[in-house]
Amino acid sequence: MIEVHGLTKHYGAFTAIRDVTFDVAPGQIVGFLGPNGAGKSTTMRILSCFMPASAGTARVAGYDVFTQSMDVRKRIGYLPENVPLYTDMRVGSYLDFVAEVKGVPRGVRKKRVAEAMDKCLISDVQGRLIGRLSKGYRQRVGLAQAIINDPHVLILDEPTIGLDPRQITEIRALIKSLAGEHTVLVSTHILPEVSMVCSGVIIVNKGSVVAQGPIDTLVEQFFPFSRVHVEVAAPAAAVREELGKIPGVLQITPVLTGDGSAAFAVEAARDRDIRGELFQLATQQRWPLLELRRVGMTLEEVFIRIVAGEEHGADEGAA
Amino acid sequence: MLAILKKELRLYFTTPVAYGVVFCFLLVTGYFFYSIFAFYTMASMQAAMNPQMGRDLNVTDSVLRPLFSNVSVILLLLMPLVTMRLFAEERRSGTIELLLTYPVRDGAVLLGKYLAALGLYASMLVLTLLYPGIVAYFARIEWGPLLTGYVGLLLMGATFIAVGICISSFFENQIMAGTVTFVTLLMFWVIGWSGDAVGGVWKAVLSELSIIEHYDSFAKGIFDTKDVIYYLNFNLLALFIALKSLESRRWKG
Repeated sequence: MIEVHGLTKHYGAFTAIRDVTFDVAPGQIVGFLGPNGAGKSTTMRILSCFMPASAGTARVAGYDVFTQSMDVRKRIGYLPENVPLYTDMRVGSYLDFVAEVKGVPRGVRKKRVAEAMDKCLISDVQGRLIGRLSKGYRQRVGLAQAIINDPHVLILDEPTIGLDPRQITEIRALIKSLAGEHTVLVSTHILPEVSMVCSGVIIVNKGSVVAQGPIDTLVEQFFPFSRVHVEVAAPAAAVREELGKIPGVLQITPVLTGDGSAAFAVEAARDRDIRGELFQLATQQRWPLLELRRVGMTLEEVFIRIVAGEEHGADEGAA
Repeated sequence: MLAILKKELRLYFTTPVAYGVVFCFLLVTGYFFYSIFAFYTMASMQAAMNPQMGRDLNVTDSVLRPLFSNVSVILLLLMPLVTMRLFAEERRSGTIELLLTYPVRDGAVLLGKYLAALGLYASMLVLTLLYPGIVAYFARIEWGPLLTGYVGLLLMGATFIAVGICISSFFENQIMAGTVTFVTLLMFWVIGWSGDAVGGVWKAVLSELSIIEHYDSFAKGIFDTKDVIYYLNFNLLALFIALKSLESRRWKG
């Protein structure tokens, strides 16, 4: 549904994105991640036909964003990062205007506006000036204008930024409900959000795609380990030493605890389960075992590892 | 295009902008009309006592022409305020990013905004019809010069709007857009004056460029295609530059 190939954009001497390539399959919600200034917004602006790329091609809904811009624009809904809306207009008449500009036929326009307002839970503020709305409501008006033409593809740039926790949950639920009939590319900083909402991710750093795919695959790819959290009431140094003797243990990381107990995150090869051995070690040494559980890898860790790894590699390259 | 036009008109008339501008415009033109008409009344009373003088006295020359020339000065001051927000505001607030990703051509956006400002201006002109109406009640009025005067005003105002939109498309700051528009219009206004200093061919060139010289014949009741074409060309040029400025994001960088 979104096919991006070799996309590059220069702003003068500065290169915002370099050779960005990815695909998004129809009906998927894909998270677009990256640190600030990684080129997320630039990519989204190109996909939404706001500005052209310096090199490379991008096809959205089957049309080229540069040569068939009008065809693309008819089929997308775009929400820019800072949710620019006409603050002097009322919600209802604003959405009516957007529907007209987006070519929603006159006959169904009223119905579509009402539907979009229903979906985004803004029917109760339709008569109010957009400038007087809270941030959360504005964000939802922004989403409503994006979905009003029932687009094939939705491009949402940080849709939950600056919202309170309850509003974030609402917006997430809304985005999730759009999956299936719409293809959604959503950029965000909030990684737990991605795990909750998206089926796949694309991670960019310094203008290039550094990882992409379903979240599980990425975790496996970047964390070929199993990790166990173990906590015993014993001197930390001794515990650490004994843990190191277990065959197959790759890394031992101390975990802070409030009381005097020793807690460690122990990593071993993915297919190796060391919980049994840890239990036996504790009984042998007569350490009271307080906790023993397997810990999953989070997207945060993957993200930090990928981005930090890149930085590390780049530093080495420079040196 | 129609949607943009409707939206802009709605924005003019749901915010105080239109009412403020129309009110001030009518206030000032009303004052000028009053003083011109009062002066004319006095002059004609004197003329009644001295028939020699009365021969040169007529409504077109003594009331309408000065009124029109005053209105054109007021427009010079007022139109930049009407047009300055059209693109500058969208650029500042970022709404242009959404607007230009909707399935409308840049030209349609431009034309919609131009026509909206023109609509507001036309409604201002319609309200000033009151003044010739008052004159017509008291004296015999020549309808020809009145008509050409209004056609001229419409053309000249449209030119101001086109220049204003064009300049607004270059700025993010409304005040800057307004100021530069005003200065640009003022330069085209006074450019003819410097013609006297240089003389010769340049005098002709400079006075032909002047935005006000071309209005003069309309005010006299002369409908000259040369002047019509001047204003239309000015409009087209300004709108063309504005369009290129909008499109520049496609080839810049």
